[in-house]
Amino acid sequence: MLGHSLLKIRPAISVLRSYSSAAKQMTVREALNSALDEEMSADPKVFLMGEEVGEYQGAYKISKGLLEKYGPDRVLDTPITEAGFAGIGVGAAYYGLKPVVEFMTFNFSMQAIDHIINSAAKSNYMSAGQMSVPIVFRGPNGAAAGVGAQHSQCYASWYASCPGLKVLSPYSSEDARGLLKAAIRDPDPVVFLENELLYGESFPVSDEVLDSSFCLPIGKAKIERKGKDVTITAFSKMVGYALQAAEILEKEGIDAEVINLRSIRPLDRSTINASVRKTNRLITVEEGFPQHVVEESFAYLDAPVERIAGADVPMPYAANLERMAVPQVEDIVRAAKRACYRVVPLAAAA
Amino acid sequence: MATMNWRNLGAYADCFLSLGDTGTQSGSLIDFPATVLMARNKKISKRNNGDSDMRKKMVETREKKMGTAFSPSKFAAQPFPLNTTSQNNPLTIPTTASPFLGSTRKLIRLSSSSNLNLRRRSGTVVKENKSKSTPNLLITKEEGLELYEDMVLGRAFEDKCAKMYYERKMLGFVHLYNGQEAVSTGFIRLLKQQDSIVCTYRDHVQALSKGVSARAVMSELLGKATGCCRGQGGSMHIFSREHNMLGGFAFIGEGIPIATGAAFTSKYKREVLKEADCGHVSLAFFGDGTCNNGQFYECLNMAALWKLPIVFVVENNLWAIGMSHLRATSVPQIYKKGPAFGMPGVHVDGMDVLKVREVAKEAIGRARRGEGPTLVECETYRFRGHSLADPDKLRDPAEKAHYAARDPITALKKYLIENSLANEADLKAIDKKIDEVVEEAVEFADESPVPPQSQLHKHVFADPKGSGIGPDGRYRCEDPKFTEGTAQV
Repeated sequence: MLGHSLLKIRPAISVLRSYSSAAKQMTVREALNSALDEEMSADPKVFLMGEEVGEYQGAYKISKGLLEKYGPDRVLDTPITEAGFAGIGVGAAYYGLKPVVEFMTFNFSMQAIDHIINSAAKSNYMSAGQMSVPIVFRGPNGAAAGVGAQHSQCYASWYASCPGLKVLSPYSSEDARGLLKAAIRDPDPVVFLENELLYGESFPVSDEVLDSSFCLPIGKAKIERKGKDVTITAFSKMVGYALQAAEILEKEGIDAEVINLRSIRPLDRSTINASVRKTNRLITVEEGFPQHVVEESFAYLDAPVERIAGADVPMPYAANLERMAVPQVEDIVRAAKRACYRVVPLAAAA
Repeated sequence: MATMNWRNLGAYADCFLSLGDTGTQSGSLIDFPATVLMARNKKISKRNNGDSDMRKKMVETREKKMGTAFSPSKFAAQPFPLNTTSQNNPLTIPTTASPFLGSTRKLIRLSSSSNLNLRRRSGTVVKENKSKSTPNLLITKEEGLELYEDMVLGRAFEDKCAKMYYERKMLGFVHLYNGQEAVSTGFIRLLKQQDSIVCTYRDHVQALSKGVSARAVMSELLGKATGCCRGQGGSMHIFSREHNMLGGFAFIGEGIPIATGAAFTSKYKREVLKEADCGHVSLAFFGDGTCNNGQFYECLNMAALWKLPIVFVVENNLWAIGMSHLRATSVPQIYKKGPAFGMPGVHVDGMDVLKVREVAKEAIGRARRGEGPTLVECETYRFRGHSLADPDKLRDPAEKAHYAARDPITALKKYLIENSLANEADLKAIDKKIDEVVEEAVEFADESPVPPQSQLHKHVFADPKGSGIGPDGRYRCEDPKFTEGTAQV
């Protein structure tokens, strides 16, 4: 199938079953940029704020061209004061504007976490519906390459454990575009976790995705690859790894179903449960420190749930240690085989 | 007029000091925003002519108040350029200009098109040194050579890092210190081993100045087990307990409370634990971008409140990645923030190692004597981009050229030679020696092994085998002795 040949050329591409395979290529960076551009032009209340988003064209070039188009009143270069500008964003949202606050990486959001949780997430509840906070906090999340412990943490589990926040994590360009548009239009605080290493990756996008009113629903996962033997759930960069693992498993006769969670909170339990009830085996993959587990389909499980996560250590710097601290494709393959009771004797671990 | 004359002022603590006012015609950083914005706001002030007198009065009363907070010194009332006309009082600029100051591109264009004096200090270093080297020179030959060697080590090491990064032997983020060596050398060479320093991610050269070996730092950057943090920290997280280099922090502003805490410990040891001679000083190094972060102000307050032995060293290189200091800060003169919290704020030319050293001597001395903290703003410049991944397109090449001409190493070299403290041959020998040291460090790092797999889980906790595992290999919580308590369970 054409889809498969595309997969061979670029291993990280998701198999888009419902769209024509003769599609336009778009990088995640372009997807995010176009989503921001379209939302800012559609609604004058939307503005972007963050470090280096303006003149520097974005620390990772996501906001390229926006300053020229919308001016310094809507694309604000801030001083280095996350607590301050996140708070200013929340205040603006209280009064009806729709800020998009960019953190250079989500590690820096820790300086602002008080505002994300206490003034954004909890406000609608504390005020009994009076103060809704239509704000988006976005930025790269998780490990890059060789950037050390303070630049590599995955914050999905931290933010996903807080009621009042919606947490999204796109994988492909289609996800990036649709979810960012949905996040900006959403009346609640959204934490949008991107991934630095995915920014440059290209994915095919259909015309529907390129339409300016395209929007993905929040809270729905996507089945990237249908299968019947084992379910692998993942988000962000790990979806790419899971797809690679699925290919390796296919050669060994294991047909894996890969679910791209897209939305961490609210988690799409129904899709995951339906899948597990079909395959009876579940493997969850995440880059960060171990967290979430779905227990509702317990009765349908033929094997214990395999949770693959990052090592329970701050990210080391040395390249070989860093590789060991995050899940790799081989880990997913091994776990799938274990779940299918085809255990490969583990050689003196790599 | 005597330059470097603050020695004559007596009690340093009472002075609202600016070393920039040498009384000569050229400006200092204080002038920079004013002179540049002056030209731009000529147009705006023409519009707001009527209010300028009232604003001028407001400014004057404010200045008078600031002047009396500390004993009236000739410096207090006149921080601003000497050539201001009444219409263009720079203090009013933030209120007349729109809240969005606009792009640096505008500022840069202005500065290159007008005859603004962008020079921060009068003349060249040598001229000044000649005039201030009255009977005694500021340094002896040994000190001079030591300073030279330290700065050259910093420069050679950073250049080697750049080379290795482009050869893909070094990964991740690498932030280089080229151009700022005078600050590191000027301050750190005055410290004792037990004094501590804390930096941001631009920490290679401070670590070297403090005494961490080039081998250990280079191995760390290549992620080898022989690195100072065994490959677990990386470029941005150089730690050394032995040399009291307390890091290496990726978040700017994060190191300042750490340094303040180290200073607190020093005071605590002296006063509570009665370790009589504990006069250890802490230095916190950080940049201009950090001065807009809340942690900076919180620590200025507490350090002054508790009279902690700390010196806050601002390496103001005017740029925070691509964000110009002037676009990000309402009051760009960082040294002024010291007196607001009750400590002296000093402004010094960070491209001149001898000036930095003189200020450092006084500030460190003050801290050691228990007189409290000092805020020192060093005007300096980084010759390379923010990191090796930074395309560095926003900085004006004229600005870069201006500072490249004031390279601290070349300046010191000139000083040493012209004052007969050393000759070309001595300095060349040092250059050669440093090249060999750096080469050897690279070889050592290349030949070192990568960390073993077993190291992944080590040192998460202080337990010897990490992750809660005790010396006998079992989990500590399984050891009955460990879980012994006095409660009846």
